[in-house]
Amino acid sequence: MADLRTNCAGIKSPNPFWLASAPPANSGGQIMRAFDAGWGGAVWKTLGTPIQNVSSRFGGLSYGGVRGVGFNNIELITDRPLEVNFREIYEVKKRFPDHAVVASLMVETEEEWRDIIMRSVDAGADGLELNFGCPHGMCERGMGSAVGQEPTVNERITSWAKRYSPVPVLVKLTPNVSDILPHGLAAQRGGADGVSLINTIKSIIGVDIERMVPVPRVEGLSTNGGYCGAAVKPIALHMLASLARSREFQLPISGIGGVSDWRDAVEFILLGSSSVQVCTAVMLKGYRIVEDMIEGLSDYMDRQGFKTVDEMVGRAVPQYSEWGNLNLNYETVAKISADKCIGCQLCVTACHDGAHQCIHPQEGSRVPRVDEAECVGCNLCQIVCPVEGCITMEEVPNGFSPATWNEHLSEGAALRPKKGAH
Amino acid sequence: MTTPYPTLNASAGAPARGEEGFEDYKRALNANQARVEANRCLYCSDAPCIAACPTEINIPEFIRKIATGNERGSAKTIFDSNILGQSCARVCPVEVLCVGSCVYNHMGVPPIQIGQLQRYATDRAHEEGWRFYEAGASTGRRVALVGAGPASLAAAHELRRAGHGCVLFERRPQVGGLNVTGVAPYKMKADVGAREAEWVLGIGGVEVRAGVSVGAGEDVSFEDLEREFDAVFLGFGLGADSRLEAEGAGVPGVWGAVEFIEAFKLSQVDLSGVREAVVVGGGNTAVDAVRELIGLGVPSVTMAYRRGEDRMSGYAHEWRAAKVEGARGAWGLSPLGFERDAAGALRGVRLAEVDAACAPTGTERVLEAQLALLAIGQSKLAGVLAGVEGLAVERGCVRVDAEGRAGRAGYFAGGDCANGGKEVVNAAAEGKRAARAIDAFLGAGGSLRAHNSRGATGAQG
Repeated sequence: MADLRTNCAGIKSPNPFWLASAPPANSGGQIMRAFDAGWGGAVWKTLGTPIQNVSSRFGGLSYGGVRGVGFNNIELITDRPLEVNFREIYEVKKRFPDHAVVASLMVETEEEWRDIIMRSVDAGADGLELNFGCPHGMCERGMGSAVGQEPTVNERITSWAKRYSPVPVLVKLTPNVSDILPHGLAAQRGGADGVSLINTIKSIIGVDIERMVPVPRVEGLSTNGGYCGAAVKPIALHMLASLARSREFQLPISGIGGVSDWRDAVEFILLGSSSVQVCTAVMLKGYRIVEDMIEGLSDYMDRQGFKTVDEMVGRAVPQYSEWGNLNLNYETVAKISADKCIGCQLCVTACHDGAHQCIHPQEGSRVPRVDEAECVGCNLCQIVCPVEGCITMEEVPNGFSPATWNEHLSEGAALRPKKGAH
Repeated sequence: MTTPYPTLNASAGAPARGEEGFEDYKRALNANQARVEANRCLYCSDAPCIAACPTEINIPEFIRKIATGNERGSAKTIFDSNILGQSCARVCPVEVLCVGSCVYNHMGVPPIQIGQLQRYATDRAHEEGWRFYEAGASTGRRVALVGAGPASLAAAHELRRAGHGCVLFERRPQVGGLNVTGVAPYKMKADVGAREAEWVLGIGGVEVRAGVSVGAGEDVSFEDLEREFDAVFLGFGLGADSRLEAEGAGVPGVWGAVEFIEAFKLSQVDLSGVREAVVVGGGNTAVDAVRELIGLGVPSVTMAYRRGEDRMSGYAHEWRAAKVEGARGAWGLSPLGFERDAAGALRGVRLAEVDAACAPTGTERVLEAQLALLAIGQSKLAGVLAGVEGLAVERGCVRVDAEGRAGRAGYFAGGDCANGGKEVVNAAAEGKRAARAIDAFLGAGGSLRAHNSRGATGAQG
């Protein structure tokens, strides 16, 4: 049985599953229920000078009848009195001494940072997370992503935090930048113990087409919000891996962004997360989803022979490379299993309209035929096929030695003839 | 509301109809159910469900439009192919057509409830009063349609879109044909069929001559039609239930099944004192009748069929449903006659046991019954065509080519009178197909009046 205990930047928890700083981690009562359900840690809803929120606050993206594939919000940091939050942090830590309670913080001046850090530590927080990421409401006041987008400000505030904090400091990064690396490095220079990413993405999630007002609607107006949920996972994974594979960047990472089940968590850990934070999936389904996450991760680790989470962290990072290092002579073609095919022919249309016109209907059968001489191995058919395992992409030996674009440029390595390029 | 043509009398104060107590055996989907179901559709390419539909409705497209909230567009997609989409949604044997061909069947996943989704979209259109089609600019040509059932309604609608004048001749007092008089009430009640007919005729320019029969020696002869019209569409369906030649047919308590169904759909049938009923036959009318009698509260209903259960022509899924509702089957029994009590009332049905080849084994049985329905076929009406030169009749059906053209130029046919008795959806497809052939005929200058000297004079006069 795998050992799920986690140490992320010196913050320890019984498993790598933490609630992200968000509505599910708004109060002590909620967090205690989450810990009872199995969550290993929680990053408290961001503390700062309490604010006033609007109604409504959330917007959901539905696709094909599935609700909440994407999600956004225009809610701000905590609206509860700080002393109440601190008292509850104390109560949670008292009941759950081995679970991770991380205080997410967002204030302006050095004095405010010192004050709120000391109060958080006094309350029993195991670590701090500096919220440099919120892309709405707070950034207009010079906080949140306004800090995260300026490496010098990020570094300065991080160094303040380190000066006053006896507990580990994570810097939460905003994805609303063109390249994440300079921002991770700024946190590193400021002395951070680790970073967490991604915060939400600046977004308008939709428009009420009858009223002609974007959503979420506040009376007759709306504003941009922070995008999150399952749909942002690819963006999060890329930013995570960008830091994880950098030689200069050496800090542990707490991964965030669309983690909804154990598979997502495994992907985040393999690309460099020491812990994973979850918000939207809990908002949509509740704390109970952690049971499956723990079981799924544990089974996966047993299957793969990982004894600890640490052994897993970053194992897919070396396989994230540059396009120029991909083997251009590696060739695959689609194979359709006649036994599994149900005859929907979605692959036929997808290939004809969206790819290389090499899957054709066959006379007298609903099972399509792949013209392997034309198939470029793009995967589109496999992606649209509704039957698991019906279309497989199989390697075709072509007699060519492996050759990358870089090798082709530098050494003139021979490339196989192009397919589907007529 | 008054209409320019007769429809079912469903006005306040009209006597209750026997079918009114029946509930739909497939409940209408609400908006949530429809959306969830629509989103399950894979939106197949060259979808098998389309190929399985006689009217070739673009099913994946109309379902996708439900999923996106484009319900108006969804209804239009259906009606573009089948103007009787609302009744077909209810009465089609989808289990052996579109739903039966859904690819999910090959995946072990419940197939899409296509009929239910079609009902959802078409009901919305009818409720909202959406109309999608207008009559074409008048061509001055006129077509007589004999019968006012699904085939003629579909044909008339298509002809009106092309601008041709239409007159429906219907021997009954109301339009709609079997959609009003013959559909099992747990699938569709008479008023739905009547309202749909009204909606179809709402395209305008269709004159209905109800209570008028056509044929040699009838109210209107085909010669009359040839004088007045450029083309004739035959859509008069089938005739009366076949009866037993054997003794006893015609006694009280013995009905033709189609006649019985019409009677309780449009009015009431007194079933007091009926504890046991026997339906003779093994086709879909027999199965419908069995389920209807159970629904009407007859405690014991038995279907007696001369062949085995595996050889009955009624749909297996319908018979399974009948058995779930309590129907019993008696197999290998061929009807001989009826037993009466001293007062002359029906006491039982006398049947001969027959072997697999339907040869009598010499044993007779009597199934006790106070009501017997005969569902052993309906007479063919092609006899009314006697004397119309060139029209070919085959096994009682009007012979037509693949376009619905009958043997005599200017004559077209579709629906039960041509196919021998199929589904509403077949009638709708054949009526529309024939209308296109009629349009081509008229467009090429064809006219019955042209080759009829009196007609030609009349046409020019």
